[in-house]
Amino acid sequence: MRRRFRRVLIPVGSAAAAALVWLVVATGAAGQAPPAGRFPPYKAPRLAGHADLNGVWQAFVTANWNIQDHEAQSGPHPEIMGAYGADPPGQSVVEGGEIPYQPWALAKRKENFEKRMMVDVTDDKRWHDLGDPELKCYMPGVPRATYMPFPFQIVQGSGDYVLIAYEFTSTTRIIRMNWKADAPADSWMGWSRGRWDGDTLVVDVTDLREQTWFDRAGDFHSDALHVVERYTPVSPYHMIYEATIEDPKVFTRPWKISFPLYRRMEQNAQLLEFKCVPFTEELLFGRLRKQPK
Amino acid sequence: MSRRFVSAAAAALVAAVLSFPARADQAGKAPSRTAAWSVPHTPWGDPDLQGVWNDATSTPLARPGGLSDKPVLTDEEAAEFQRDLAYNLTRDRRDGGPQVDVNRAYNEHWMDARRLTITSDHRTSLIVDPPDGHIPALVPLSPERQRARAARADAAARFAAGLPDSHEELSLPVRCLIRTDSPPYLPTIYNNDFQIFQSPGYVAIAPEMIHSARIIPLNGRPHIGPTLHQWLGDSRGRWDGTTLVVETKNFRTDEGVIFQDADPATFRITERFTRVDARTIRYEFTVEDPHTWTRPWTAMIPWTRIDPDEQMYEYACHEDNYDIVHLLQGARIREKNGETVPKRNRER
Repeated sequence: MRRRFRRVLIPVGSAAAAALVWLVVATGAAGQAPPAGRFPPYKAPRLAGHADLNGVWQAFVTANWNIQDHEAQSGPHPEIMGAYGADPPGQSVVEGGEIPYQPWALAKRKENFEKRMMVDVTDDKRWHDLGDPELKCYMPGVPRATYMPFPFQIVQGSGDYVLIAYEFTSTTRIIRMNWKADAPADSWMGWSRGRWDGDTLVVDVTDLREQTWFDRAGDFHSDALHVVERYTPVSPYHMIYEATIEDPKVFTRPWKISFPLYRRMEQNAQLLEFKCVPFTEELLFGRLRKQPK
Repeated sequence: MSRRFVSAAAAALVAAVLSFPARADQAGKAPSRTAAWSVPHTPWGDPDLQGVWNDATSTPLARPGGLSDKPVLTDEEAAEFQRDLAYNLTRDRRDGGPQVDVNRAYNEHWMDARRLTITSDHRTSLIVDPPDGHIPALVPLSPERQRARAARADAAARFAAGLPDSHEELSLPVRCLIRTDSPPYLPTIYNNDFQIFQSPGYVAIAPEMIHSARIIPLNGRPHIGPTLHQWLGDSRGRWDGTTLVVETKNFRTDEGVIFQDADPATFRITERFTRVDARTIRYEFTVEDPHTWTRPWTAMIPWTRIDPDEQMYEYACHEDNYDIVHLLQGARIREKNGETVPKRNRER
């Protein structure tokens, strides 16, 4: 018995050893892959004197479902949606794991989540009270636009402006470089003023509409939200995205999220249209349809 | 040229403005080149179109009746033409009684003041070809397209009577689906701003309404696949000297999506953007569709640089579209009260 075992094990062991040798040779020849999350020192190519961040980028995190730790779970209406509607699992993109909510705000977050698919537009004054703005195809705000499961494109030239165009609801935001003037009004995508810190594009975002959420889990903020984003190129194909989030009305202290952005490498990579208004009209306005007599 | 002279055209124009997207008019300008000025280039060598531009004008798309043989006006004629157009476009007029006043809907401060000025070259139409300044004659529509248009006309009549059946009967701008972001770009009553961004290999054009941008590759890559359709189509660009030439196809096939109800299957549009002086881009578009017009036609509209003094701001539409609810709630109440679409509307 024992001898027979040995006979079987020897060839298996040889195959494993050969594979190991092949692996060492292969990775040694190509340069060792760095540990996850670490990048060797990198200097981005230049454009008009600054790091060139042009490209189609996408985050591959599940933060749009929940920016904190979340297990896989059944989605709404599993009786018709099955696995299509289920939420993917994911780890928190929040530094330290948890959002430092003020105690009252946790109840509000829970209520947001429970009512995330409820909609009532029959009263102008309560138009924005219910439901996840994403469900209604509203512009997602910052930072949420960055980690929705859609690509976005940076168009950076030589002028005072950088455009970021997002596939989701085909929205855009203009980053005004070294800009002094304040926002004339609140807006869904906020008022973005940029500057360079070495190769890092730093964007100060203020005057965001208070109705945007961070995710489908009901994570929210007030009209006092202030976001400072940092886009740091770390390889030809990656940037690290960091956002510091400050809102003294809702959180006990500023907090930070971070994750990598990946360059879309398809030869034909381009943003397509996701103009989602038509996908929401029946939800929002269907009850005002003429009823058959 | 009396006020009466342009009043019929102006009335049509006002109707067009009210029935958004107002294909109103724009100031065309073929500015004189100054000897010192030449087209600036980006650091990577492309002609530089970056900036915020405005295309408002009162010059009508098609030439008003009576001016068919008058493509360009003298200074004196131009002054009167502009005065008449401005008078008819003004919303703060108090003639016509309270109902007309209410129907003018907005106070003047909403409007782009630049839309009260004709093009500086004193043209009588934005259309430059055909030479008579008119949209070419229509070809007979196929029975399917006739039926689709009739259905849309019925829906428009219900809308005009305040009795739309549902959101689907409202126009694309009212639904906040597309406004001035779909080519060709024509002046309208407000938000006539466009911001152009450039990077190596791309030009991006962001019209103020509605917060979307056309990102145009310049590297000769093929269009997206023929089964992919988009509200704004799919654009590809190239430089012809210092002119940006953009061709757009892959438009959605919904009836009424395309400019002037052309047939998406055969509609072709070519746009040309040329900087002609420090403050001006000459924007030209040529459209053709053998299923709609008897010949291609071309319009030319000047874009005036307005930044850094003026900026473009976010245009949210769907996010606070209270109107759509009010319109539908009103329709259901009218129904309950027994109101019906007037016959004259139905016959239109």
